[in-house]
Amino acid sequence: MLVMDMLDEIKDKNRKQLEERLTQKGGYIIDEDGIKLDGDYFKKQVRIALKNCDIIDPTNIEEYIAMDGYFSLKNILNNMSQQEVIDIMKQSGLRGRGGAGFPTGRKWETALQYSSDKKYVICNADEGDPGAFMDRSILEKDPHSVLEAMAIAGFAIGSDQGFIYVRAEYPVAVKRLKAAIAQAKEYGVLGENIFGTNFNFDIELRLGAGAFVCGEGTALIESIEGKRGMPRTKIYRTAHRGLWQKPTIINNVETLANIPVIFQKGVDWFTKIGTEKSPGTKVFALVGKIETAGLVEVPMGMPLHEIIYDIGGGVPDGKSFKAVQTGGPSGGCIPENLLDTPVDFESLAKIGSIMGSGGMVVMDNTDCMVDIAKFFLDFTVDESCGKCVPCREGTKRMLELLEKITSGNGKKEDIDTMERLAVTISSASLCGLGQTAANPVVSTLRYFRDEYEAHVMDKKCPAGSCQSLLQYFITDKCIGCTKCAKVCPVHCISGKVKQLHVIDQDICIKCGACQETCPVNAITRS
Amino acid sequence: MKINIDNKSYEVANDSTILEVCKLLNIDIPTLCYDERLTPHSACRMCLVEVEGAKNLVTSCSTRVRDGMRVFTNNEKVRSARREVLDLLLSNHPMECLNCEKSGRCKLQNYAYEYDLVDGTFKGETRKGEIDSSNPFYIYDPEKCILCGLCVRVCDELQCSHAIGFEDRGFDTIVATPFREGLINSECVSCGNCVSVCPVGALVPKSLEKFRHWETKEVRTTCSYCGVGCQIDLKVKDDKVLGAQPAFDGVNQGLLCVKGKFAYKFISHPDRLKTPLIKKNGEFVEASWEEAYRLIRQKATNIKEESGADSFAGLTSARCTNEDNYLFQKLFRAVIGTNNVDHCARL
Ligand SMILES: Cc1cc2nc3c(=O)[nH]c(=O)nc-3n(C[C@H](O)[C@H](O)[C@H](O)COP(=O)(O)O)c2cc1C
Ligand code: SF4
Ligand code: SF4
Repeated sequence: MLVMDMLDEIKDKNRKQLEERLTQKGGYIIDEDGIKLDGDYFKKQVRIALKNCDIIDPTNIEEYIAMDGYFSLKNILNNMSQQEVIDIMKQSGLRGRGGAGFPTGRKWETALQYSSDKKYVICNADEGDPGAFMDRSILEKDPHSVLEAMAIAGFAIGSDQGFIYVRAEYPVAVKRLKAAIAQAKEYGVLGENIFGTNFNFDIELRLGAGAFVCGEGTALIESIEGKRGMPRTKIYRTAHRGLWQKPTIINNVETLANIPVIFQKGVDWFTKIGTEKSPGTKVFALVGKIETAGLVEVPMGMPLHEIIYDIGGGVPDGKSFKAVQTGGPSGGCIPENLLDTPVDFESLAKIGSIMGSGGMVVMDNTDCMVDIAKFFLDFTVDESCGKCVPCREGTKRMLELLEKITSGNGKKEDIDTMERLAVTISSASLCGLGQTAANPVVSTLRYFRDEYEAHVMDKKCPAGSCQSLLQYFITDKCIGCTKCAKVCPVHCISGKVKQLHVIDQDICIKCGACQETCPVNAITRS
Repeated sequence: MKINIDNKSYEVANDSTILEVCKLLNIDIPTLCYDERLTPHSACRMCLVEVEGAKNLVTSCSTRVRDGMRVFTNNEKVRSARREVLDLLLSNHPMECLNCEKSGRCKLQNYAYEYDLVDGTFKGETRKGEIDSSNPFYIYDPEKCILCGLCVRVCDELQCSHAIGFEDRGFDTIVATPFREGLINSECVSCGNCVSVCPVGALVPKSLEKFRHWETKEVRTTCSYCGVGCQIDLKVKDDKVLGAQPAFDGVNQGLLCVKGKFAYKFISHPDRLKTPLIKKNGEFVEASWEEAYRLIRQKATNIKEESGADSFAGLTSARCTNEDNYLFQKLFRAVIGTNNVDHCARL
């Protein structure tokens, strides 16, 4: 068991070793501010949630302690009351990073207010947005930050039991968490009589079975209870009646990873970063058509173009920027003229997108926005739990309309129908999945309506990406070599040797095989 | 507390939902997945209302009243959302009303009429699924199911059999037994409480008779199968019982067991005994009750004189009421004079 003052000893011993190891390895800035990753990619970043990632050895609790780990918990257990902890959380203004941006301190306060024989702290590690991997990085590279934060939350609301709901598709995260929990118990920073006080807190893992909707708080609770993962009706707040009807708080991995740092460096330090309404940083998974893809943690309020160009290096291959999609499958597509929008909860919502859990997908001029909307909707249709009518039936109909449009069979009134459906799905669905499902369609209709109209009216895909709307033509350059006619899988190219060949447009399946084989580039696509 | 509904003020009780309040005030709000005996499910979205200041429409079944709340139960926004929800349901529902057993008693049909919908306007994929007719008493047709979940919840929360649940996800969701092994291979006890709550024609009794609901009348009766006294509304056409619906206002609160729900065909069965039979010359012949009682009394008196009271034993039935059973033991103890009296429920 770890007694209070051994923490300093462990820190001192390991800090030195860690610094030595990193200096040898190279790529780090080590000074009085701490240890940071070096390089252009990191210059504009401010790392709080990711502060230990790629620095410490995640399988060694002593390295976490070397980076001031578990000092916040120790200080809280020694010197603070539950209300004091909650007051600090409230003053910090920390808002949930799982998507909704709900103030964490207020959530904790509600859970503290309800007295109960049992309360629960849940860490939401079900990260299901396609392309998002910020929570995964924290779990794999800095698991103790989550454990420490959960213990702090447990103390604050009066809970002795935590659960981490982690998706089974993250086997390394699961392994690291298991090892970290075992180590933490061995060192007496989890389990019974933590730091020798009378505070007990245990953490168990629960593995998700692959449903995106189980990331929604109440569906997650149903799943932990062993039921089908469907969102609950919101008659009571989770902080009042959550897991097994007991007061429960659910926090996202990234939210939690911020907490020990806030207690260590103080509210003043934290609130200086970010904006007034959204203090701190946000981690984004910057992916898509971007020079340097990866995780970026930036202060809230940084304009989108700074993230995309200054950190990500802009769009590669000489192509031009078209849109950036934030907020995962239920986010919105933001056009170039809005790239000076600061990233914070309010600003993104104002322009029809969301912060979500931090997905950021960059698209270039070869991406068709109708097709992109279809791609995201396809995901939501697949992941809808099927409980409520607007989401189960409505998103499916919307997808069918998008399929109709991208295959060249759309009519003008289909766009109106989609807009009407979007209102119903957004305003009448039970949970956040349905309520935001129409965002990709609504935002692309708002900013790229002309693309929809081109598909519907002219039967053309301006980005040249919707296959059924393409046409292949053989130009005068044709030398009549017959190669294209031989390779066409549906035999729709006719022509005599050494004469101009012709494609029968009614039969052509637009596979592009002819274009690839033509030795003189005589075949064009429009 | 005071709340305002559709521009009228009302004094209402704390801790009730908007829907409960509206029910008491006779303000009509449509519902497909609501049942006052079950936890609110908020899935059908028909009970949506507008609450001033709320971002989205809210389901009245799961929103509790607050002091000063302003609610609109039937404005344009609310009606158009409900209409769209209905449209979506109808677009994934076989339009077989002309031949559906439920016609005339179907909530979906009624609301379609109320909201002026002739058919679903979205022509796309529809749910496909096999009818489960493995249960002897009722069938489940997944294509007609609107996934309100009433059957699942009644089975879980009230019948406690947990025989059925939702399977698959999103558009492919259906109600099914574990591993889709069919109702007959499940924990189903054939109580038919799911059939009683289904708002559409997805769960219907297997019936050999053809009838339309509007041709029948309801006759309230007390179930005679046991002493609980469940209240049943029998569906009667031309003096023939064609179905049984549990009454909500009886002790059974809308529930029945397999016998009360489905075992009514004996009523008009040709083999049913309607008068006492007395064996004469080795053959049973019909007799009047007067005649039968006279014979019993005479034989009982003779036997008691010849062999004593303890040569009698009385066994009564769980189908009798407590009062019947009380009188029966009284008859044996006070009139015949023996304590040899028992009841089948002891076995
Ligand atoms: C469909 C859906 C999926 C969600 N998935 C996640 C998720 O994977 N991880 C997460 O932390 N929050 C997710 N959320 C948000 C949670 O419901 C909840 O708001 C969050 O976990 C609360 O933690 P926070 O306040 O720390 O953000 C999801 C919400 C919805 C509606
Ligand atoms: S909105 Fe979609 S995911 Fe959420 S409860 Fe309704 S059907 Fe399920
Ligand atoms: S079978 Fe009937 S009661 Fe059950 S979910 Fe379907 S519509 Fe509802």
